[in-house]
Amino acid sequence: MTRTRTLRIDRITCTGRGLCAELLPELIDLDEWGYPVLKDRAVPDHLRTHARRAVAACPRLALHADRGRP
Amino acid sequence: MSSSATAPFAPHHLAPGPGDAADARLLAGWYATGQPATLADHLGRHGPPPVTAVAGGRTSPPLVEAVEAAGLTGRGGAGFPTVRKLRAVAGRRGRAVVVVNAMESEPASRKDRFLLAVAPHLVLDGAVLAAIATGADTVHVCLPRDRSDQYRQLSAALEERRRARLDPVRLRLHALPHTYVSSESTSLVRWLNGGPARPQGSPPRTHERGVARRPTLVHNAETLAHLALIARHGPDWFRQAGTPDEPGTTLVTVSGAVAAPGVLEVALGTPLTTLLGRAGGPTEPLRAVLLGGFAGTWLPDAHTHTPLTRRDLAPLGAVPGAGVLVALPHTACGPTETARMLAYLAAHSARQCGPCRLGLPAVAEDFTALAAGRADPDLLSRLHCRTGLLPDRGACRHPDGAARLAASALRVFADDVDRHLTHGGCPATHRPPRIPVPPATPPETWR
Repeated sequence: MTRTRTLRIDRITCTGRGLCAELLPELIDLDEWGYPVLKDRAVPDHLRTHARRAVAACPRLALHADRGRP
Repeated sequence: MSSSATAPFAPHHLAPGPGDAADARLLAGWYATGQPATLADHLGRHGPPPVTAVAGGRTSPPLVEAVEAAGLTGRGGAGFPTVRKLRAVAGRRGRAVVVVNAMESEPASRKDRFLLAVAPHLVLDGAVLAAIATGADTVHVCLPRDRSDQYRQLSAALEERRRARLDPVRLRLHALPHTYVSSESTSLVRWLNGGPARPQGSPPRTHERGVARRPTLVHNAETLAHLALIARHGPDWFRQAGTPDEPGTTLVTVSGAVAAPGVLEVALGTPLTTLLGRAGGPTEPLRAVLLGGFAGTWLPDAHTHTPLTRRDLAPLGAVPGAGVLVALPHTACGPTETARMLAYLAAHSARQCGPCRLGLPAVAEDFTALAAGRADPDLLSRLHCRTGLLPDRGACRHPDGAARLAASALRVFADDVDRHLTHGGCPATHRPPRIPVPPATPPETWR
């Protein structure tokens, strides 16, 4: 039973609202147009709660934290 | 167009030349007769498709095992092991569907068109055999809508097969909108499901839930033709050509500054210089070659001794792709040619994902400014930064391909880029461009 989570962005759904980068700046940057850039897809243990919040906060439901390693 | 030894772009115009047939498998019939193969020709040469021999087997169908032993990889560009797709689809519950990807949207590629023109039944055999091996009852053949000759010819081929009662599965022909990204496998599935021919992104993956929510096997036309021969002659025969890691032959479209541009069949591992030689040789000194097409990689002329395999090309940042080789002469301007291709790729973005919709035109505009000698001081660093942010940020690999092209151009034409930045151009800038590029206008329809 793995607890590791991997970030995934549904690029078609994402409209660059940018909440994810505000809530999870450790793992997510924004490009010049406001679209997310994943710095690291693997979520370290100490950021699990922040990652969950960012996933829940995306107004487009485009951010996912999939089970398993990248 | 030249009337020489290579198999030409327009097969019906020219006769095959001598000395080409050494490596030919898919094109053997064409080299022997110079005629597109009718069903009778095809059955005379290859015999009927071994439909009873490919199914059955306690653990997995014999054809799947044969394809695994043969080491066949996809010939559509990604080079994915064919057996993994076959197993993934065969292993799922529910009636599967097979889709033949004959979209060939890469502007510099002609190989699938050529193969379907001269040996349509080899491709169709492969599709039917793959369908039987995966438990599919339907084969969808997808062509671009603007190739009506090809559509007519394939309709006739399908009708021949129907009359001969050859196939135990249903074959259907479809004409899809022709855009650069409509050849992506998820675009085909989306269109067949009634949607636009735009990439879908995953999950769910096509082999899990594709056409009509059924497990779906999408293969390039050439891949299926190889599969049809493996079903007949076995994996050992297939491995007699190519390298141990990358066996078999592959179709290559050679164009640009060569005496006899056309489609060749060569063993994997053939050096690029040999490909150029088989296409009549360079007509003038070369600056670079473009390998893999518009989503491919520029390689300096000094690297043309490299064998055509993934392993040998990987250190150069290149992949064989869908077998496209364009020879760029010394008198051409690398940045200008690249800028034109990038503008086309940007116009053909499906406009679904922000990084591609905004990033691709930005990179293309920067490149156009660079080519025209209108560069501002920040242009180069901006271009590197924006190009670096394209890969892996789309629902499909379209932005990745454009980034590969742009990055390799900055590397290979570094001297030219310098001259464009400091002097506003190079001696070749004002000559007419050498690589034909379709108009950089967005597709009229996705449906």
